Amino acid sequence: MKTAARVAIVDYDAGNLGSVRRACHEVGIECVITSEPEEILAADKVIFPGVGSAESAVDTLHQRGLFQALLDFYATGKPFLGICLGSQILLEHTEEGDKDCLGIVPGCCERFDYVDRQFKVPHIGWNEIEIQRPHPMLKNVEDGDEFYFVHSYFNRPKEAHVIAMTEYGHRFCSVIARDNLFATQFHLEKSGKKGLAILDAFRDWDGTESC
Amino acid sequence: MLSKRIIACLDVREGKLAKSVKFINTRDIGDPVEKAAEYYDDGLDELVFYDITASSDKRDIMLDVVESVAEKIFIPFSVGGGIRTVADANRLLWAGAEKINVNSAAVLRPELIAECARAIGSQNVVLSMDILKVETNRDFPSGYEVVINGGRTPTGIDAQSWALRGEELGAGELVVNSIDADGTKAGYEINLTRMIAETVAIPIIASGGAGKPEHLYEVLTEGKADAALVASMLHFGEYTVSGLKRWLHDQGIKVRLNY
Repeated sequence: MKTAARVAIVDYDAGNLGSVRRACHEVGIECVITSEPEEILAADKVIFPGVGSAESAVDTLHQRGLFQALLDFYATGKPFLGICLGSQILLEHTEEGDKDCLGIVPGCCERFDYVDRQFKVPHIGWNEIEIQRPHPMLKNVEDGDEFYFVHSYFNRPKEAHVIAMTEYGHRFCSVIARDNLFATQFHLEKSGKKGLAILDAFRDWDGTESC
Repeated sequence: MLSKRIIACLDVREGKLAKSVKFINTRDIGDPVEKAAEYYDDGLDELVFYDITASSDKRDIMLDVVESVAEKIFIPFSVGGGIRTVADANRLLWAGAEKINVNSAAVLRPELIAECARAIGSQNVVLSMDILKVETNRDFPSGYEVVINGGRTPTGIDAQSWALRGEELGAGELVVNSIDADGTKAGYEINLTRMIAETVAIPIIASGGAGKPEHLYEVLTEGKADAALVASMLHFGEYTVSGLKRWLHDQGIKVRLNY
């Protein structure tokens, strides 16, 4: 009999992690919320969520020894899921507070800068994803499905790591992947059944990009 | 392309769902958790719960409602009513709410908006404004006044200036609730909604007056709202979430249909 994977949700004071835990529970993922680097490294899978400011988030990661722990966990090749702010911190740099980030994915995070009131900032609400290439984490969803976004900054990774794009004034990258890493700009824990469908795929995901 | 949101508003009184007409009479119409689950299954985009008793001894009941909703509903939901401090806001977030709604307490002490924005992020702070039409004069250049305590107390504050102030202080979204239109089912206050939408750069949620699908269409186009709040249209079974969204889609409004 297969024992359930140990899934760690990274706690770095960046928002309410309870909603991520509850969504995991809904699809049968048992998880712990932790800020211990050892516990994260020992986990089979890691979820790196987050809302709020990247600036204070990066500082907290350093203070708690989590910055290095996340780099080390990525290097193990085990499944790694980033959500929202968690996806932005995976890049090399963010304009928010001019901070250097984890640099797991080449690229940077920039601010939506619209003078036109037609595009309000933050980008809040349900928006579509345009899938650029298949990925096992997207096996349960389709091109054009909608997810819940709340953000003022967007990811601009190197093109090789773009899995899906979304249109808001201009097209931006809404799903990133690199090896055992998969990250969404949208809140899959708040995206109804489509969001749960991605979490469901995470439960089964082995961390490879092959479909 | 971003969809227009349909948000259901549930007024909760001692754990029961209530519907008010112009904020004065209320009557119970069921279990808020069951209603929320029903709307979620039918494709609702977001929920708002207002604790309309909001006396401190009843607060635990609301926390129970929030916890139960968070266990089974995986769309954003906000909670308002009686939030006076960051501690109040945090309790609701920990119980599972996504965002908090501040209203009267923010008018009485505007720093509450900034404090909440710092503590939980602007994107999680919604400023609800109850607004009454008044004569346009020097005190009210926009012709609208902010009122508090469920519409009973005038404040002497101009609605347009309060919207701007709220944005500056860090609100992430604004609910524009017309007390004149509330409960009438005669349509949203289009002029008011559009004026506020053109004033601020944050999303606007129109509230008060929805009675038929055409009203949603009007406020999402002419009224320039990003989202429409509905209550009694759904609560009494007259319309369904999926039916409303399908109708709006057929009129050319972008709404989320696959869920």
